[in-house]
Amino acid sequence: MPVVTALLAGLLFGVGLIVSGMADPSKVLGFLDLAGAWDPSLAFVMVGAIAVGLVAFAIAGKRTLSFIGQDMKLPSARHVDIRLVGGSLLFGIGWGIAGFCPGPALVALGMGQAKAVVFVVAMLLGMGIFELAERATRHPARKD
Amino acid sequence: MSIDWHAFTPYASLAGGVLIGLAAASFVLLNGRIAGISGILGGLLRPAAGDVAWRAAFVLGLVAAPLAYALFAAVPAPRISAGWMSLVAAGLLVGIGTRYGSGCTSGHGVCGLSRLSPRSLVATLAFMAAGFATVFILRIATSL
Repeated sequence: MPVVTALLAGLLFGVGLIVSGMADPSKVLGFLDLAGAWDPSLAFVMVGAIAVGLVAFAIAGKRTLSFIGQDMKLPSARHVDIRLVGGSLLFGIGWGIAGFCPGPALVALGMGQAKAVVFVVAMLLGMGIFELAERATRHPARKD
Repeated sequence: MSIDWHAFTPYASLAGGVLIGLAAASFVLLNGRIAGISGILGGLLRPAAGDVAWRAAFVLGLVAAPLAYALFAAVPAPRISAGWMSLVAAGLLVGIGTRYGSGCTSGHGVCGLSRLSPRSLVATLAFMAAGFATVFILRIATSL
Protein backbone atom coordinates (compact mmCIF):
# COMPACT_ATOMS: atom_id res chain seq x y z
CA MET A 1 0.00 0.00 0.00
CA PRO A 2 2.68 2.62 0.87
CA VAL A 3 4.34 1.82 -2.45
CA VAL A 4 1.12 2.57 -4.35
CA THR A 5 0.50 5.81 -2.46
CA ALA A 6 4.14 6.84 -3.03
CA LEU A 7 3.75 6.24 -6.77
CA LEU A 8 0.55 8.29 -6.89
CA ALA A 9 2.07 11.09 -4.81
CA GLY A 10 5.08 11.22 -7.14
CA LEU A 11 2.80 11.26 -10.15
CA LEU A 12 0.65 14.08 -8.75
CA PHE A 13 3.74 16.02 -7.69
CA GLY A 14 5.18 15.73 -11.20
CA VAL A 15 1.94 16.80 -12.86
CA GLY A 16 1.88 19.80 -10.53
CA LEU A 17 5.41 20.69 -11.57
CA ILE A 18 4.39 20.60 -15.25
CA VAL A 19 1.18 22.61 -14.70
CA SER A 20 2.98 25.21 -12.59
CA GLY A 21 5.77 25.82 -15.12
CA MET A 22 8.50 24.62 -12.76
CA ALA A 23 9.40 21.77 -15.09
CA ASP A 24 10.61 24.39 -17.60
CA PRO A 25 14.13 25.60 -16.70
CA SER A 26 13.71 28.81 -18.74
CA LYS A 27 10.72 29.77 -16.62
CA VAL A 28 12.65 29.02 -13.44
CA LEU A 29 15.56 31.18 -14.63
CA GLY A 30 13.05 33.93 -15.51
CA PHE A 31 11.95 33.83 -11.87
CA LEU A 32 15.54 33.93 -10.59
CA ASP A 33 16.43 36.83 -12.93
CA LEU A 34 15.44 39.69 -10.64
CA ALA A 35 17.56 42.21 -12.53
CA GLY A 36 16.13 41.34 -15.93
CA ALA A 37 12.57 40.86 -17.17
CA TRP A 38 11.32 39.20 -13.99
CA ASP A 39 8.64 36.49 -14.15
CA PRO A 40 7.12 36.28 -10.64
CA SER A 41 4.96 33.22 -11.50
CA LEU A 42 6.90 30.76 -9.39
CA ALA A 43 6.14 32.70 -6.22
CA PHE A 44 2.54 31.68 -6.89
CA VAL A 45 3.61 28.02 -6.98
CA MET A 46 4.97 28.39 -3.47
CA VAL A 47 1.82 30.17 -2.28
CA GLY A 48 -0.46 27.45 -3.68
CA ALA A 49 1.66 24.59 -2.37
CA ILE A 50 2.19 26.04 1.10
CA ALA A 51 -1.50 26.97 1.51
CA VAL A 52 -2.37 23.29 1.16
CA GLY A 53 0.74 22.13 3.00
CA LEU A 54 0.03 24.23 6.11
CA VAL A 55 -3.26 22.39 6.66
CA ALA A 56 -1.82 18.95 5.91
CA PHE A 57 1.22 19.32 8.16
CA ALA A 58 -0.89 20.74 10.99
CA ILE A 59 -2.96 17.53 10.84
CA ALA A 60 0.13 15.33 10.40
CA GLY A 61 1.87 16.93 13.38
CA LYS A 62 -0.86 15.71 15.74
CA ARG A 63 -0.65 12.07 14.62
CA THR A 64 1.69 9.22 15.47
CA LEU A 65 0.45 6.99 12.64
CA SER A 66 -0.55 7.97 9.13
CA PHE A 67 -4.06 7.34 7.78
CA ILE A 68 -2.87 3.99 6.38
CA GLY A 69 -1.03 3.03 9.56
CA GLN A 70 2.52 4.09 8.64
CA ASP A 71 4.83 5.56 11.29
CA MET A 72 5.03 9.34 11.03
CA LYS A 73 8.64 10.11 10.15
CA LEU A 74 8.93 13.86 10.31
CA PRO A 75 12.35 15.50 10.74
CA SER A 76 13.19 16.49 14.30
CA ALA A 77 16.45 18.39 13.66
CA ARG A 78 16.28 22.03 14.72
CA HIS A 79 19.86 23.25 14.54
CA VAL A 80 21.16 25.56 11.86
CA ASP A 81 24.73 24.69 10.93
CA ILE A 82 27.33 25.07 8.21
CA ARG A 83 26.16 21.90 6.44
CA LEU A 84 22.63 23.23 6.12
CA VAL A 85 23.63 26.71 4.94
CA GLY A 86 26.66 25.70 2.87
CA GLY A 87 24.82 22.84 1.20
CA SER A 88 21.83 25.04 0.41
CA LEU A 89 24.11 27.73 -1.08
CA LEU A 90 25.79 25.13 -3.34
CA PHE A 91 22.37 23.85 -4.36
CA GLY A 92 21.23 27.40 -5.16
CA ILE A 93 24.27 28.02 -7.35
CA GLY A 94 23.56 24.83 -9.31
CA TRP A 95 19.87 25.78 -9.54
CA GLY A 96 20.82 29.20 -10.93
CA ILE A 97 23.18 27.75 -13.53
CA ALA A 98 20.73 25.37 -15.22
CA GLY A 99 17.28 26.20 -13.82
CA PHE A 100 16.81 22.61 -12.65
CA CYS A 101 16.13 21.45 -9.11
CA PRO A 102 15.75 17.69 -8.45
CA GLY A 103 12.00 17.24 -9.04
CA PRO A 104 11.71 19.10 -12.35
CA ALA A 105 14.88 17.37 -13.59
CA LEU A 106 13.25 13.96 -13.01
CA VAL A 107 10.08 15.13 -14.77
CA ALA A 108 12.11 16.43 -17.75
CA LEU A 109 13.90 13.07 -17.77
CA GLY A 110 10.48 11.48 -18.28
CA MET A 111 9.95 13.78 -21.25
CA GLY A 112 12.96 12.13 -22.86
CA GLN A 113 15.12 15.26 -22.81
CA ALA A 114 18.80 14.37 -23.40
CA LYS A 115 19.93 17.41 -21.41
CA ALA A 116 17.83 16.27 -18.45
CA VAL A 117 19.55 12.87 -18.62
CA VAL A 118 22.96 14.56 -18.36
CA PHE A 119 21.79 16.74 -15.46
CA VAL A 120 20.26 13.81 -13.55
CA VAL A 121 23.36 11.63 -14.02
CA ALA A 122 25.56 14.47 -12.72
CA MET A 123 23.15 15.05 -9.82
CA LEU A 124 23.26 11.34 -8.87
CA LEU A 125 27.05 11.52 -9.09
CA GLY A 126 26.99 14.48 -6.70
CA MET A 127 24.74 12.56 -4.31
CA GLY A 128 27.12 9.59 -4.60
CA ILE A 129 30.09 11.83 -3.73
CA PHE A 130 28.18 12.93 -0.62
CA GLU A 131 27.53 9.29 0.37
CA LEU A 132 31.20 8.36 -0.05
CA ALA A 133 32.33 11.41 1.94
CA GLU A 134 29.84 10.55 4.69
CA ARG A 135 31.07 6.98 4.91
CA ALA A 136 34.69 8.10 4.99
CA THR A 137 34.12 10.57 7.83
CA ARG A 138 31.73 8.47 9.89
CA HIS A 139 33.63 5.20 9.69
CA PRO A 140 37.29 6.13 9.18
CA ALA A 141 38.47 2.71 10.36
CA ARG A 142 36.05 0.64 8.28
CA LYS A 143 37.60 -0.89 5.18
CA ASP A 144 34.68 -1.35 2.79
CA MET B 1 13.52 45.25 -12.06
CA SER B 2 10.77 45.03 -14.67
CA ILE B 3 8.04 42.43 -14.79
CA ASP B 4 7.83 40.11 -17.78
CA TRP B 5 4.05 40.23 -18.19
CA HIS B 6 4.09 37.98 -21.28
CA ALA B 7 5.70 35.13 -19.37
CA PHE B 8 3.62 35.71 -16.20
CA THR B 9 1.24 32.77 -15.52
CA PRO B 10 -0.24 33.38 -12.06
CA TYR B 11 -3.26 31.07 -12.41
CA ALA B 12 -1.45 28.08 -13.90
CA SER B 13 1.36 28.47 -11.39
CA LEU B 14 -1.06 28.76 -8.47
CA ALA B 15 -3.00 25.71 -9.71
CA GLY B 16 0.22 23.73 -10.19
CA GLY B 17 1.29 24.80 -6.71
CA VAL B 18 -1.97 23.48 -5.26
CA LEU B 19 -1.38 20.12 -7.00
CA ILE B 20 2.16 20.02 -5.57
CA GLY B 21 0.70 20.85 -2.15
CA LEU B 22 -1.87 18.07 -2.50
CA ALA B 23 0.88 15.62 -3.45
CA ALA B 24 2.95 16.62 -0.41
CA ALA B 25 -0.21 16.49 1.76
CA SER B 26 -1.17 12.99 0.62
CA PHE B 27 2.39 11.81 1.09
CA VAL B 28 2.66 13.00 4.68
CA LEU B 29 -0.88 11.92 5.62
CA LEU B 30 -0.63 8.46 3.98
CA ASN B 31 3.08 7.59 3.96
CA GLY B 32 3.95 9.65 7.02
CA ARG B 33 6.91 11.24 5.30
CA ILE B 34 8.19 14.50 3.86
CA ALA B 35 7.89 14.69 0.06
CA GLY B 36 11.47 15.86 -0.27
CA ILE B 37 12.72 14.77 -3.66
CA SER B 38 16.48 15.05 -3.07
CA GLY B 39 16.14 13.04 0.14
CA ILE B 40 13.94 10.38 -1.44
CA LEU B 41 16.30 10.02 -4.41
CA GLY B 42 19.50 10.26 -2.35
CA GLY B 43 18.20 7.60 0.05
CA LEU B 44 18.27 5.12 -2.82
CA LEU B 45 22.06 5.42 -2.79
CA ARG B 46 22.03 4.23 0.84
CA PRO B 47 19.74 1.23 0.41
CA ALA B 48 18.22 -0.29 3.55
CA ALA B 49 15.75 -3.16 3.89
CA GLY B 50 12.13 -2.04 3.41
CA ASP B 51 13.26 1.43 2.42
CA VAL B 52 13.82 1.05 -1.31
CA ALA B 53 10.43 0.25 -2.88
CA TRP B 54 8.52 3.37 -1.78
CA ARG B 55 11.43 5.62 -2.77
CA ALA B 56 11.69 4.01 -6.20
CA ALA B 57 7.89 4.25 -6.60
CA PHE B 58 7.85 7.99 -5.81
CA VAL B 59 10.70 8.66 -8.24
CA LEU B 60 8.99 6.53 -10.89
CA GLY B 61 5.83 8.59 -10.37
CA LEU B 62 7.75 11.80 -11.04
CA VAL B 63 9.40 10.40 -14.16
CA ALA B 64 6.04 9.07 -15.41
CA ALA B 65 4.23 12.37 -14.75
CA PRO B 66 4.60 13.60 -18.36
CA LEU B 67 2.81 10.43 -19.53
CA ALA B 68 -0.08 11.10 -17.14
CA TYR B 69 -0.20 14.75 -18.18
CA ALA B 70 -0.26 13.74 -21.86
CA LEU B 71 -3.59 11.97 -21.28
CA PHE B 72 -5.20 15.40 -20.80
CA ALA B 73 -3.11 17.87 -22.79
CA ALA B 74 0.01 18.23 -24.88
CA VAL B 75 3.07 18.28 -22.63
CA PRO B 76 4.89 21.62 -22.91
CA ALA B 77 8.52 21.02 -23.92
CA PRO B 78 11.02 22.26 -21.33
CA ARG B 79 13.37 24.96 -22.63
CA ILE B 80 16.86 24.03 -21.42
CA SER B 81 19.29 26.79 -22.38
CA ALA B 82 22.29 25.58 -20.36
CA GLY B 83 25.13 23.96 -22.31
CA TRP B 84 26.39 20.45 -21.64
CA MET B 85 29.27 21.41 -19.35
CA SER B 86 27.02 23.78 -17.42
CA LEU B 87 24.50 20.98 -16.95
CA VAL B 88 27.19 18.70 -15.55
CA ALA B 89 28.45 21.39 -13.15
CA ALA B 90 24.90 22.31 -12.13
CA GLY B 91 23.93 18.68 -11.59
CA LEU B 92 26.97 18.02 -9.38
CA LEU B 93 26.30 21.15 -7.31
CA VAL B 94 22.61 20.31 -6.93
CA GLY B 95 23.40 16.70 -5.97
CA ILE B 96 26.08 17.54 -3.39
CA GLY B 97 24.35 20.68 -2.11
CA THR B 98 20.92 19.19 -1.53
CA ARG B 99 22.37 16.24 0.40
CA TYR B 100 24.57 18.38 2.66
CA GLY B 101 21.72 20.86 3.03
CA SER B 102 19.25 18.01 3.80
CA GLY B 103 16.74 19.12 1.20
CA CYS B 104 15.76 21.04 -1.89
CA THR B 105 12.87 23.11 -3.18
CA SER B 106 10.36 20.40 -2.25
CA GLY B 107 11.63 19.24 1.14
CA HIS B 108 12.63 22.64 2.52
CA GLY B 109 10.72 25.03 0.25
CA VAL B 110 7.30 23.35 0.20
CA CYS B 111 7.18 20.87 3.11
CA GLY B 112 9.55 22.62 5.51
CA LEU B 113 7.94 26.03 5.18
CA SER B 114 4.52 24.37 5.54
CA ARG B 115 5.76 22.85 8.81
CA LEU B 116 7.05 26.28 9.90
CA SER B 117 10.51 24.76 10.33
CA PRO B 118 13.19 27.40 11.10
CA ARG B 119 15.85 25.15 9.53
CA SER B 120 13.91 24.98 6.29
CA LEU B 121 13.35 28.74 6.30
CA VAL B 122 17.12 29.29 6.59
CA ALA B 123 17.80 26.70 3.86
CA THR B 124 15.18 28.18 1.54
CA LEU B 125 16.49 31.73 1.99
CA ALA B 126 20.03 30.42 1.33
CA PHE B 127 19.26 28.56 -1.90
CA MET B 128 16.97 31.31 -3.18
CA ALA B 129 19.62 33.96 -2.50
CA ALA B 130 22.29 31.81 -4.17
CA GLY B 131 19.99 31.22 -7.15
CA PHE B 132 19.25 34.94 -7.58
CA ALA B 133 22.95 35.81 -7.19
CA THR B 134 24.08 33.13 -9.65
CA VAL B 135 21.66 34.25 -12.37
CA PHE B 136 22.71 37.87 -11.76
CA ILE B 137 26.42 37.05 -12.02
CA LEU B 138 25.94 34.88 -15.12
CA ARG B 139 23.90 37.70 -16.69
CA ILE B 140 26.82 40.11 -16.21
CA ALA B 141 29.43 37.54 -17.25
CA THR B 142 27.64 36.68 -20.49
CA SER B 143 26.97 40.31 -21.41
CA LEU B 144 30.64 41.36 -21.20
